[in-house]
Amino acid sequence: MIVGLLMLSSTITSLTVVLIVFFLFKEGVAVFEKKPVEDGYTIVINKNNKVRKLTSEEIKNIYDQKTTFWSQLGAKHDSIILFRVEDIANFYTEDQIGANFENLPSCLSSIVDSIPGIIAFFPEKYLAKNFKGKQLDIDKVSLKEFFGGEEWYPTAQPSAQLGVKPLILGTLWVSFGAILLALPLGLAAAIYMSEIADERIRRIMKPLIELLAGIPSVVYGFFGLVIIVPIIQKIFNLPVGETGLAGSIVLGIMALPTIITISEDAMRNTPREMKEASLALGASKWQTIYKIVIPYSISGISAAAILGIGRAVGETMAVLMVTGNAAVIPHSILEPMRTIPATIAAELGEAPSGGLHYKALFALGCILFVITLVINLTVEFVSSRRKGGNH
Amino acid sequence: MYKLESKHVDFFYGASQALKDINISIEENTVTALIGPSGCGKSTYLRLFNRMNDLISNTTIKGEVLIDGLDVYAKGVNVDSLRKKTGMVFQKPNPFPKTIFENVAYGLRVNGITDEKLIQERVESSIKKVVLWDEVKDKLKKSAFELSGGQQQRLCIARALAIQPSVILMDEPTSALDPISTAKIEELVYELKSKYTIVIVTHNMQQAARVSDKTAFFYLGELIEFNITRELFTNPMVERTQNYITGRFG
Repeated sequence: MIVGLLMLSSTITSLTVVLIVFFLFKEGVAVFEKKPVEDGYTIVINKNNKVRKLTSEEIKNIYDQKTTFWSQLGAKHDSIILFRVEDIANFYTEDQIGANFENLPSCLSSIVDSIPGIIAFFPEKYLAKNFKGKQLDIDKVSLKEFFGGEEWYPTAQPSAQLGVKPLILGTLWVSFGAILLALPLGLAAAIYMSEIADERIRRIMKPLIELLAGIPSVVYGFFGLVIIVPIIQKIFNLPVGETGLAGSIVLGIMALPTIITISEDAMRNTPREMKEASLALGASKWQTIYKIVIPYSISGISAAAILGIGRAVGETMAVLMVTGNAAVIPHSILEPMRTIPATIAAELGEAPSGGLHYKALFALGCILFVITLVINLTVEFVSSRRKGGNH
Repeated sequence: MYKLESKHVDFFYGASQALKDINISIEENTVTALIGPSGCGKSTYLRLFNRMNDLISNTTIKGEVLIDGLDVYAKGVNVDSLRKKTGMVFQKPNPFPKTIFENVAYGLRVNGITDEKLIQERVESSIKKVVLWDEVKDKLKKSAFELSGGQQQRLCIARALAIQPSVILMDEPTSALDPISTAKIEELVYELKSKYTIVIVTHNMQQAARVSDKTAFFYLGELIEFNITRELFTNPMVERTQNYITGRFG
């Protein structure tokens, strides 16, 4: 009976995990089934235009007026004429269109027919039955675009830009910066607590550090926003203080308790006899620390570092509050950055359920999941090496 | 002049007194066994000579502990160089998580020796002294953990010899070993006597009788009797020693 209950609860837990992962990937992978154009909209061109297919990037370049001739896309040398549905007023009067837009489809149809270089973007419902233009075939979101694209404008019209590179890079920059700050500090604290501080100081410090792990992340974010952001702005004389660095500092502080407690535990596991043997051979305390204690506990220390990174990679709220959230490829830690978790948290509420943007956010979740999975597997690997006694 | 000496030594862990007025003089190139029941202070006494008790916080010492006539607790004594004069062997074999070679070389390296040729020579001669060379010469680059317990303990002795101490302190060196390994270590102690002054803490009275020239019997922090080993075991002067060595308590 009890065995059954225990088995049931562990089965439920495992099933939940599997279900979450399945759901995440089902939604996330579906982004590659979608076209990067908002549902219910269409893009049309003149029927004599040879172009059949465009990628979202090509469409974006057209609308950004970077591509101005069809010849750049392999067609006749016509200059590209952009047309949005509101431009209809330049061609027809309100009377001609009709009070309830009842003549709009045929108006659009004849405009597209009369201008050879036109590209028009309008809702599909205004497509006339005997439309005299050609509907563009738009490529589905490709892996190359998704991972290689450098712009994240999931709601851009007419064609969404779903390049996750700036987000991945932002996540890595912020996390890497965090670990760069937290690791030396955390290791120093761990060495101090395990090897130098006497028992009394340790008994005060350890709970304090563990308390740091219990502070809600919004509080960290708030602290970062009120204290760290203005300081960074002042020191580096920046227009805004919300930068990757601010995120790194806040995340570094958040990763500290993990790093300190785990590496301290590992160091305290160094057998006393081993340290004594080193000291008895005339090694100084420092020599003993870096020649015996650190090598002995190196797998624990690496596990601490990796778990610290894991904490930093997955953190959402605090980062969202202090990094400035600009989805551009970062060139320095002093620029605003946007991380994957912050993107999901900030945008999911605005993304229509089941739409392109929504699926793209789930795909981001998949990426995050893979990153943390890799981190966890690394920890497993590192600590299994320790158990094997392979020093 | 005595090699090792203690004069009116009192030692305290916090408020509790672990050693009471210990006076012992040890001659050069002898083996002295420290015996007594658990908690009698024999290990604490041994660890005074290389100041290993300093690692425990809240301890105090009174009296004098002398090596070659110099007080090791005097002001201005460099503890690290003091410890170079004394090799220590511990209860359990405790090789470092390094190769066999690096274990023995460790003491040399931390003392600033960088001449690889010298290190090579010292490592080899130290391992030869503990009669381990033939067993490990082909696997010097392997982890010390691959050796058996007895081999590890001999390696630890070699490690202590490499820094060329004049005193070797052994804290129950065979308590974790099987009889054959124990016999090898005892033989080794006997051979090392010609070059080193050895103090050995042991629970095993037969061992004390076999290896030592003199024996000190400790009980509850007091030195009950200190005499030539044969005398102490055959003709103890104090009744409590008699009771202990005949196994009436302990």
